[in-house]
Amino acid sequence: MVQRISREEVAHVARLAQLALSEDELDAFTSQLAAVLDHAADLEALDVDDVEPSTHPFPLKNVLRIDEPGEAFEIEEVFEVAPEVEESQFRVPPILGEA
Amino acid sequence: MKATEIAEKVLSGEMSARSVVEQHLETINNIESDVNAFNIVTAEQALIDADEIDSKIASGETLGPLAGVPISVKDNLCTRGVETTCSSKILEGWIPPYNATVIEKLKDAGAVIIGKTNLDEFAMGSSTENSAFGPTRNPHNLKCVPGGSSGGSAAAVAAGFSPLALGSDTGGSIRQPAALCGVVGVKPTYGRVSRYGLVAFASSLDQIGPFANTVSDAALTLEVISGYDPRDSTSIPEKPLDISGVLNQGVEGMRIGVIEELSGKGLGGISRDVISRVEAAIKVFSNAGATVESASVPASIYGLSAYYVIAPAEASSNLARYDGIRFGPRIKAATTAETMTATRTKGFGDEVKRRIMLGTYALSAGYYDAYYGKSQRVRTLIMNDFAKAYEKFDILISPTAPTTAFPLGDKTADPMQMYMQDVCTIPSNLAGHPAMSVPFGFGEDGMPVGIQILAPAMAEQEMFRAAQVLESESGKGIE
Repeated sequence: MVQRISREEVAHVARLAQLALSEDELDAFTSQLAAVLDHAADLEALDVDDVEPSTHPFPLKNVLRIDEPGEAFEIEEVFEVAPEVEESQFRVPPILGEA
Repeated sequence: MKATEIAEKVLSGEMSARSVVEQHLETINNIESDVNAFNIVTAEQALIDADEIDSKIASGETLGPLAGVPISVKDNLCTRGVETTCSSKILEGWIPPYNATVIEKLKDAGAVIIGKTNLDEFAMGSSTENSAFGPTRNPHNLKCVPGGSSGGSAAAVAAGFSPLALGSDTGGSIRQPAALCGVVGVKPTYGRVSRYGLVAFASSLDQIGPFANTVSDAALTLEVISGYDPRDSTSIPEKPLDISGVLNQGVEGMRIGVIEELSGKGLGGISRDVISRVEAAIKVFSNAGATVESASVPASIYGLSAYYVIAPAEASSNLARYDGIRFGPRIKAATTAETMTATRTKGFGDEVKRRIMLGTYALSAGYYDAYYGKSQRVRTLIMNDFAKAYEKFDILISPTAPTTAFPLGDKTADPMQMYMQDVCTIPSNLAGHPAMSVPFGFGEDGMPVGIQILAPAMAEQEMFRAAQVLESESGKGIE
C-alpha cells in the first residue's frame, strides 16, 4: 500500500513549520503521521458535500469591542522575560544572509 | 476534607487557612516524590496568601466561598510572577506578566494556589508521559499513568495534595484523567469559562474546568470560575451559573440516553469491565426515577478522525508563536530564521512536533479540502446528530475512557493507540457541549472507572444533578 504521506512531504512540512529533523526522525515521523492520516481516511466514505463546515461550536461572528485605551503590561516586565533586548526593543540576529 | 467543609471552617474561625495549607503541604512533602504531580509547588506564596486570609477573617472582612481552600492549577494557566511552562522546554523559565482570568477569580473567592501541575507538553497527550519534566504517576497505582493531559491536576486531587484543581480539556484532557484517577472532572460548555490566560492549543475546542473529590465541590468551583469575560471574545454573555442550588433535585422524570456507539455497540476497544460499570449506572438512574434508553449519535464514531485533523491544524497555527524571539529561551544561530528553527527543534518534544507537522500538512495547499475541510463538515454532522439525540433525551451517558489506567510506557510507541483513549470524550469538544466524568466503581484490575455524563450546551444544571445521583449511589465522595 502506498503511504498517505511521503518522506519528502514530511521533510517539506517540517521546513514549513521551522523544525529540523534528523534522518531517523524523518523515518519515524513519516510512518506515524501516515498512521494518523490512515485513520482519518474513514472520513472519505462519508458524503458530506451538502453539509456546511463548522469552524466553531457556536455561530459567533465578528465579536467587536469599543476601541478605547485600557491597561497595558509594564514594558519592563515584558522585556524581563525576553531572550535578548536592546534599547527597549527585541534584539534578533541578522534577518538576511550570513551573519 | 471537602472544599466546602474547609471553607466553612475557615470562615467560622474553627480552622485557620494557614493550618489547612500546612496540612496539605505536608501531604505533598510525604508523597509528591512518588507521584510527581507538580512542576512547581508554591509553598512560600501559599502560606503568605493563607496568612492574608486569616488576617482578613480576624478583621471581619467578607471572604469568598473558597476561603482558605488549597487548589492546584495546570501549568498551562498563566500565573503572574510564577513560572508557567506547559511542561515544555520551549517555555522553561518563562514568567507571565499577567494572571489568567480564572486565577483572578479563584483568588477573589479566597482560594489558595499551592502549585502548578504537570501535563502532557502543551496539553497534547492522554497519559502525562509527554511532559518534558518527567511523567506523573497514578496515586492508585504508581506503575500506571494518571491519564492526560491534565494528569498532574487529577493526581493532585486523588493524592490529597489539594481538594480542588483546574485543568483544561481540548479532547478529554480533564475527563479522561479524572476517570483514571477516580475523581470528578468537568468540561463546561465552550465559552462558559474565560480562556484568557490559558495557553492556546486548539482554540475552537479548549475549555478550562475543575477537578474535585466530590460533585458538589466541582459545582462550587465551576460557579466561581465561570462567567462572561470581555477579554475572551468567545466567552458567552450569560448570567452567573447556579448549580449548587439545584444539585440535589435528583433525576426523577429525566430522560437519559446511553450513547450506544460509545458503549460497546459501535466502536471497538472499549473494555468489558468499563461497559459493565455503565450498565450499573443505568440501574442507578432507573432506580432514581429516570427513563433510561439506548441513544444513537451515529457520527460520534468519526469524532476521533475529525479531531486529529482539526486540533493539530489549530495547534500548528497557535504554536507558531514559539520562536525564541520575544519570550522564552532562545537557541542562538547565525540568522533569525536559523534561530527560530533551532529554538523550535530543541524546545518542542516529539508529540508536539508530530501535531504541528500533521496540522501544517492538513492545512497545506492540495490537502486542505480533503482533510481540514472534510473534518469541519464532519464536525457539523456530529453537532446535528447530538441535536437530534437531545430532542429525545435531557442528558446522555457513556464511558469516559475506554479502559482503566494503563502501565507507563504501554502506549508511547504507538501514537494512534494513545489517541484512542479520547474516543468517548472528543465528540463533546467538537460540539462545544458540557460533559463530566464521575467516579463510579472499579475495573477488574482494581483501578477506578469513570462514567461520562453529557448535556446540551448550557445545560450544566441537569448534568450535575445526574452526577450527584451517581455519586451518592457509588458510596464514594462522602468522606
